[in-house]
Amino acid sequence: MTNAQDPNGPVVRIAGVDKTFDRGDGVVTHALEGIDLEVARGEFVSLIGPSGCGKSTLLRIVGDLISPTSGTVLVSGKTAERARMDRDYGMVFQAPVLFDWRTVEDNVKLPLEILGLDSTTRTKRAREMLDLVELGDFLKHHPYQLSGGMQQRVAIARALAFQPSILLMDEPFGALDEMTRERMNSEVLRIWERTATTILFVTHSIPEAVFLSSRVVVMSARPGRITKIVDVDLPRPRTEDSREAPLYFELVTEVREALRSGGAELDDSGTVGGAPSAERTMAEGSVG
Amino acid sequence: MATATATRGGRAATAAAATRAGRGRRALTWLLILVAVVAVWEGVKFLGGTPWRAPGAVPGPNNPVLWNPPFRWPFANDLNLPHIWNIVIAFFQPWQRGADRNVAQFLFDAALFTWREAALGFVLGTAIGLLLATVFVHVRWLERAFVPYVVASQTVPIIAIAPMITYAFGGNLASVVVIATYLTFFPVTIAMIRGLRSLDPRALELTRSYAASRWDVFRKLRLPASLPYLFTALKIAATASIVGAIIGEGPGGIPNGLGRALDNYNQYYITGPEKLWAAIVVCAILGVVFFGIVRIAELLILRDRPGAAAG
Repeated sequence: MTNAQDPNGPVVRIAGVDKTFDRGDGVVTHALEGIDLEVARGEFVSLIGPSGCGKSTLLRIVGDLISPTSGTVLVSGKTAERARMDRDYGMVFQAPVLFDWRTVEDNVKLPLEILGLDSTTRTKRAREMLDLVELGDFLKHHPYQLSGGMQQRVAIARALAFQPSILLMDEPFGALDEMTRERMNSEVLRIWERTATTILFVTHSIPEAVFLSSRVVVMSARPGRITKIVDVDLPRPRTEDSREAPLYFELVTEVREALRSGGAELDDSGTVGGAPSAERTMAEGSVG
Repeated sequence: MATATATRGGRAATAAAATRAGRGRRALTWLLILVAVVAVWEGVKFLGGTPWRAPGAVPGPNNPVLWNPPFRWPFANDLNLPHIWNIVIAFFQPWQRGADRNVAQFLFDAALFTWREAALGFVLGTAIGLLLATVFVHVRWLERAFVPYVVASQTVPIIAIAPMITYAFGGNLASVVVIATYLTFFPVTIAMIRGLRSLDPRALELTRSYAASRWDVFRKLRLPASLPYLFTALKIAATASIVGAIIGEGPGGIPNGLGRALDNYNQYYITGPEKLWAAIVVCAILGVVFFGIVRIAELLILRDRPGAAAG
């Protein structure tokens, strides 16, 4: 844990962030404009919006995978780059990005090896994390022997293994079927409650955002802006029953209306702009 | 979870049985193809070859004609296409007039000698290929500058370069090893440029979020990810290194290898084409054996990966 001097200050402070992509042929995409956002310690914040609204771009700027055109990002009071060098970030992508030649356990150990922890600590941590995601029985399996949901749980265990101060999740369940996705939602909430990690979560799904978050940040496209922040005061701990509470439906409606006023097209399942695809996430990552 | 494990266990057992059955079927297929090749070979001779005599018999009044083929096709006569049994018999004849050792022993020693040269070249070529690919993957402008020369090096026929290398290094083992190296670094370089880049771009983002050093990314991810590409290249390199060593032995004046054996039997082709065929068979077997060694290493090292058996 490499937290800043002020333990009560926000983990993430984004101020006046703009991002433009210049492809070099005169086409300039305005991906993000005037983004201000603070994420408090222990918060679960979701970014939701139509394709091209720059939510993945914003996540990548926070994680110092790309730099903003202007504006500042402070993580635990440090620059994003400093925070990255201090290993403050755990990242989970839509694809689990596991390595087939490593066992499940060794995949979780990868960041620990890079951090230079000794082998006893590595083993201990990796096993704790795999127990946490309930994959303790699959240590010696290889990723290709697991289902998609299980693979994503390994990715979460790996991201948590070095105890980062913030977990950045970019549509982590976007490639899973609806039922697995709901199960993973409960799983990630349980993990969040047990580890007290701060989570910044990008999603296309309104029900997912409402079910998980303390706050839902609604964004609009071209240029990407924050149109509304919805406080989700659904009582915790949230269970499958929370999905049937009247307040849950009110909040889903509120997010949906915020998206609509931002110009987003919605389909019946409450997914913004159709089912998310890996292809689009990649495109968003590079173009905005 | 328990059910899933049990199912997986059951599937593994079924897979093992399927592998055994597959191996049996492959052996049978291999045998059938061998029989077919022999049948076509001798079938052609049956229709258009030189009149058939007893195995190993020279033409003459003591050795009567057993079968007189209806046609006379030049490519099927005993000089161009000896009987398979006569090639087999050749292995057990003295390797040269009055010699104690037979052709099989002579060629076995020659093959071992050539294999040593080839293996040295193979190891050196692989090391050079790995080094070049590693540099090219990390320094783009060097890749753009030098890959064309790497490619050009391979478009020049090796028989044109072999004499030059022999002059440069002297007529000794070194020049042969250099030629084998020259033929093996290329597939390794090209395959590894691709292999070292085969990581998912998101894997690189992941390592960036770990603030991993280039060295860590290389040894923990790029290199292991490239191994399937490496083994594909090594299988090509294994056979190429043997060709290189055999060719290099000629101008290198190396007397103990397969290159000289081929040269030698080539000169006596008119009187005993079977011996040249025997030498060619040994060259082919050597290539297959070296390939097989690499393949076994591949199966062992990549055994934990999906699709390793497909090789």
